[in-house]
Amino acid sequence: MTDIIEETNAIGLARADYQGLRSTLCPGCGHNTISAQIVRACFEMSISPERIVKFSGIGCSSKSPTYFLKRSFGFNGLHGRMPSMALGAAFADTTMKVIGVSGDGDTASIGLGQFKHLIRRNLPMVYIVENNGVYGLTKGQFSATAEQGLELKRQGVNPFLPIDIAKEALIGNASFVARSFAGDPAQVRELIKAALSHRGTAVLDIISPCVSFNNREDTLHSYQWGRQHQAPLHDIAYVPRRKTIILKEFQEGEIKEVALHDGSVVVLKKLDKEYDPQDKWQALKILEDAEKNNWLVTGLLYINPEQPSLYDFMDLVERPLNRINAEDLRPSPETLDKINQGMY
Amino acid sequence: MISLSKAENNKPSAGERNVNDFCLTICSINGSGSATANNTLLRSLFRMGIPVSGKNIFPSNIKGLPTWFSIRVSKDGYLARVAHDDIIVQMNPGTFTKDIAYNVPGGVVFFADHIKVPHDRDDVIMYPMPVRDLIKQAAVPRNLQDYMENMVYVGVVAEMLGIDLNVIKQTLLSQFHYKTSVAESNFEIVQRSADWAKNNLEKRDRYYVEPMPALHEYIMTDGNTAGALGAIYGGFQFCGWYPITPASSMVESLITYAPRLRQDPESKKNNYAIVQAEDELAAIGMVVGAGWAGLRAMSSTSGPGISLMTEYMGLAYFSEVPLVLWDVQRVGPSTGLPTRTAQGDLTLNYFLGHGDTQHIVLIPSSVTECFKFGWKSFDIAEKYQTPVIVLSDLDLGMNLWMTKRFEYPDQPIDRGKILWEEDLEAFPGEWGRYLDVDGDGIPFRAVMGNSHKKAPYFSRGTGHNEFGEYSEDPEVWQSLMDRLKQKIESSREALPQPVFHNLPEAKIGLIAMGSTEPAVLEAQDLLAKAGIPTDFLRVRALPFSEQVKKFIYSHERNYVLELNRDGQLHQLLVLENCELSNQLISCAYADGLPMTANWIKDIVSEKEQQRND
Repeated sequence: MTDIIEETNAIGLARADYQGLRSTLCPGCGHNTISAQIVRACFEMSISPERIVKFSGIGCSSKSPTYFLKRSFGFNGLHGRMPSMALGAAFADTTMKVIGVSGDGDTASIGLGQFKHLIRRNLPMVYIVENNGVYGLTKGQFSATAEQGLELKRQGVNPFLPIDIAKEALIGNASFVARSFAGDPAQVRELIKAALSHRGTAVLDIISPCVSFNNREDTLHSYQWGRQHQAPLHDIAYVPRRKTIILKEFQEGEIKEVALHDGSVVVLKKLDKEYDPQDKWQALKILEDAEKNNWLVTGLLYINPEQPSLYDFMDLVERPLNRINAEDLRPSPETLDKINQGMY
Repeated sequence: MISLSKAENNKPSAGERNVNDFCLTICSINGSGSATANNTLLRSLFRMGIPVSGKNIFPSNIKGLPTWFSIRVSKDGYLARVAHDDIIVQMNPGTFTKDIAYNVPGGVVFFADHIKVPHDRDDVIMYPMPVRDLIKQAAVPRNLQDYMENMVYVGVVAEMLGIDLNVIKQTLLSQFHYKTSVAESNFEIVQRSADWAKNNLEKRDRYYVEPMPALHEYIMTDGNTAGALGAIYGGFQFCGWYPITPASSMVESLITYAPRLRQDPESKKNNYAIVQAEDELAAIGMVVGAGWAGLRAMSSTSGPGISLMTEYMGLAYFSEVPLVLWDVQRVGPSTGLPTRTAQGDLTLNYFLGHGDTQHIVLIPSSVTECFKFGWKSFDIAEKYQTPVIVLSDLDLGMNLWMTKRFEYPDQPIDRGKILWEEDLEAFPGEWGRYLDVDGDGIPFRAVMGNSHKKAPYFSRGTGHNEFGEYSEDPEVWQSLMDRLKQKIESSREALPQPVFHNLPEAKIGLIAMGSTEPAVLEAQDLLAKAGIPTDFLRVRALPFSEQVKKFIYSHERNYVLELNRDGQLHQLLVLENCELSNQLISCAYADGLPMTANWIKDIVSEKEQQRND
């Protein structure tokens, strides 16, 4: 990892080429940090912005795709139904990188069904949940990820247990599940890079505080609580494509490397505890422990780079479907004669 | 089945020899495997050159409930349902008493002789069929006995009516995809049963079939298969769907035919994708995404699915995404009559979505037209950059119809105003996704993957200016809404135009749409005989062509015939032709069954009579 910011990246683009419009979200909103890290990750990875396509549902989080990558196509879809739209569009050109941005209302309530089915199909895309436990655009109602006992100004006390998006993803057989915190931009950035290289649905559940409606220091989605309770599983660094693919442990478990489908590698440096991101049960266990012990566990919870993606079952032609010539889409007149004969 | 209606006016009277002009209904139990036997009879008659139609009246059930298959044989080529039966084949003891009430006097009942049900019809001719004995004699394996029982009535009916057994043999072969051993074991039962009938039954009825000139211009299939094939020849590239009766068989036909027809000849890989979604909310989301990204995208559903797809269809309208959505209509919500037909989704579809929406709707009336609209709908959707809804129904979609051979598209695929890198480079002047540069209300579009620096834009529903930028400016919004209106309005004369069937000296008009066409055509003949000549206009698209207004204007009274309770087509016609509303008379009903010619004749002559009184 280097902190030197170059003027231009490997494809000759400047950071500005990855920027979006000025954010209209509240100053200090966690979502703005995430947008900035998307910009930086794509810039550092030298992905051409034209090769990225952005999707979102409805909510504060879903407004954010206009605040990054203005040189990418995008579509602001319907509440909770971004996954289906992204899936249909992705088939037009399966070589493009797909970034979806959702929120906790969009994903854990109205969109829970589409979220689970997206994961089940393992469509290659980055699925970011900007999770703040509250509905912002409608002015501060509880979301399904709000913790039990949370007290909000006009809402009173939340009586219900929360939905844990990372757990839902793991149970739903997601091939890539990470949790992060907008207060830790470096980790967010490295996870986004890994997610962009993953050939499958990469779920990033990012705690992204809402400074207007849910940022009291003692609540689980606040900056202060996050800073005090964050417990990273590892130090994570994304290393671009190498010539050889490695998956091994060395230095007595100090460093773990996970090779991704495109040849890049995620390097995980051990912190105080042993953690294997390819062990789903350990991932679920750590999330349970975190809940009991008031930790904000962050990092790459689970990854399986080999899980087949949706494209593996479709046997598609090489050429992007949306660039196939019109004449190649219509079978010949002789084939229709045969069909007519068969129906006589 | 609905109440016994008067026999058709042009029927031979009782006792007179009836050749090729009757209705035969097979009454059986759902799941008993009668479909193959029924289709064998239907297709054999068709192969003898006799015009036929087959209607499957079935319950929402896998096994056990009653089901009826009606074959109308009509030398005059009438294909609509009739509400009576000349001949009944009775395999279901549960409906014996009720079914026999639909028999015309002098009609015939073939019944399995293990069904012994008392009845009070001494005016019908009863023929017993020793179904189980014949099966026993043929030593049919136990697991096939139930299915083979149906071949007994094929043989008996064939012998008694005069259906050529060689034709049945050929039909069985093609039904079983030329698996000779299966076809032969079925035919053996047919032959054995025909022989039994020849030796044991004395012909006492008046019904006969005789070969007619071969129907070479025709094929026999259903509307859903035709729609799917149309989509394949229209270059469909993406289909997102969710199973629902009566629409599932359209996508299942896509799944059957696309691998054969739409693989790249060299790589043998697919140039399309079909994804079964988790629900209709997702099915349409996928289709909107694919259409936006430049694929020819489609889905097929029925009323309940349309309800769930509403919000995305609205978004597609406002963000100008081309796509094709088939609504194979059925009756009402939830359970009850999901396997019955209706035309009740017309107004729902025309205005589908919240805010001001108005969609292009195509309404095919025949299986052949399902094929045609199957490909044409994509050209229209991409030309106008808007969803196109194709409105079919269960009767058209799932029943087998004798229909004109499919014609190869007479126009090349038209992808509309789409720009790739080189087009954008050469584009004169300013380009914006929603900028109308040539005044027709239709902007040029670029799609994702286009790497030209001017190409990318961010789509959303409301609140965008001509360059796809966020805007809440009232003037921007109003001008966008006006342009969308202009765009849809401009399609009126470019959509499939109405079809006319005019009779000399007609003063009154009939207006209808979709699968009721055969009933209306037959009713025209019945009405003409009763001294009421009519002109018939069949609406094929919304928004209406100017020709519709002219037709209404030029007829003193126009009867609007449709299969729904509220007269939805009538409502739309009045809405657009309010100055002519006293020339528009609604004739609408919905009972779950296809319309009959007699219903039309009765209601129109009754209303005409009332006027004269």
